[in-house]
Amino acid sequence: MKFIDEYQNSELARKVAQRIANRSTKPIRLMEFCGGHTHAIMRYGIRQLVPKTVEMRSGPGCPVCVTATSDLDKAIALAHLPGVIITTFGDIMRVPGSYSSLQRAKAEGADVRVVYSTMDAVEIAQANPRKSVIFIGIGFETTAPTIAASIIKALKEGVENFYVLSLLKLTPPVMKALLDLGEVKLDGIIGPGHVSVIIGSYPYEFIPRNYGIACVISGFEPLDILLCIDKLVEQIESGEPRVEIAYRRGVKPQGNKKALELLNEVFEIDSANWRGMGIVPQSGLKVNQKYQHFDADKAFSGLLRSARNDKPAKEPEGCRCGDILRGVATPLECKLFGKVCTPEKPIGPCMVSSEGACAAYYQFCGLEGTNGGM
Amino acid sequence: MCLAIPVRVVTIEGDEAETEIAGVRRRVSIALTPEVQVGDYVLLHTGYAIGIVDESEAKETLKLLEEIASLSEVH
Repeated sequence: MKFIDEYQNSELARKVAQRIANRSTKPIRLMEFCGGHTHAIMRYGIRQLVPKTVEMRSGPGCPVCVTATSDLDKAIALAHLPGVIITTFGDIMRVPGSYSSLQRAKAEGADVRVVYSTMDAVEIAQANPRKSVIFIGIGFETTAPTIAASIIKALKEGVENFYVLSLLKLTPPVMKALLDLGEVKLDGIIGPGHVSVIIGSYPYEFIPRNYGIACVISGFEPLDILLCIDKLVEQIESGEPRVEIAYRRGVKPQGNKKALELLNEVFEIDSANWRGMGIVPQSGLKVNQKYQHFDADKAFSGLLRSARNDKPAKEPEGCRCGDILRGVATPLECKLFGKVCTPEKPIGPCMVSSEGACAAYYQFCGLEGTNGGM
Repeated sequence: MCLAIPVRVVTIEGDEAETEIAGVRRRVSIALTPEVQVGDYVLLHTGYAIGIVDESEAKETLKLLEEIASLSEVH
């Protein structure tokens, strides 16, 4: 077993889709929270494979997309500080801030380096002891423990010039905020698979309990997603919503204890600024007191205040990324989509990241939003 | 961003492991999965093994999918 190909069997997928069609009697709306699922659903044509009774909406689960413009502006301002090396995952480079992007800052002479792992960022700090190396910490619970591990490693190895700008965000609190807004009526949620590898399934219990909405955690291969939809349809048809795991080879109800231990060792819960949602209480992670030496926000706040101009953050005109991230609109409802805003010249972050709904629609569906399926 | 792929652990040395997928070798941190053993598949995310793939559950899921598929033919 390789744990990939086995879950991509198209003949089996068609049969599972038929089974879903057989038992789906009423129109329902599902939201996939995770951008990885958005990508997979579009790539494999899952929306065309499931019956017309099942409507799919994308949610706010693309970390790059939900990063607020003002936070991007801060990262870009840090890049322009003297003696600073910015390290970051590649996705964020091309996302436009209010007035620039990290890619443009690099073109203008700032030292911005794309890394594969936080370990690489620590190594860059070790190799450049006279520079301040700042890692732009974007991600959800999946990534947070890896950033925690890098801070602990830096402490152990006496790396004093390594810093993290934590823009980390938490999944269950934003799901709650989205459901409280009540803009989109949902019957079921496709729960994020790799976030749940870390946090387990218990943190989602409030979804069926308080909102009467089904929640099934899914893997990322087409058969994983179809199995998840089958379970959601079954729950919704029977009127018994609950939390289920359809990705049992990866997710345990209790999550990854060691990863959670590291996360809690380094971070504390704080509010966070989400594109499209604004400030959501208790939905982010910041570096705690014990590890404050590594907190870029603390270490550079004075320098940033004096170096930054006071121009307020501004959003690109006409961009509907915020609405798309809340599931209120699909990319096809944005006037910029595919015309002014393309992967080559993106206006909003949902067109930059491969997990963004706009990029996925553009790549796999064309402007009409259709795809032949598996 | 939350992408993770299953890779097989070939050797372990301290808190790092040598892993393999489709003939490509890669060193990864096992700081988040210290209980991992040689031969296990782990979910690799940004250079870290974030979880160990449960092989018996993987087989159970495939069995479940076959059952669901066979039910579709009854109708």
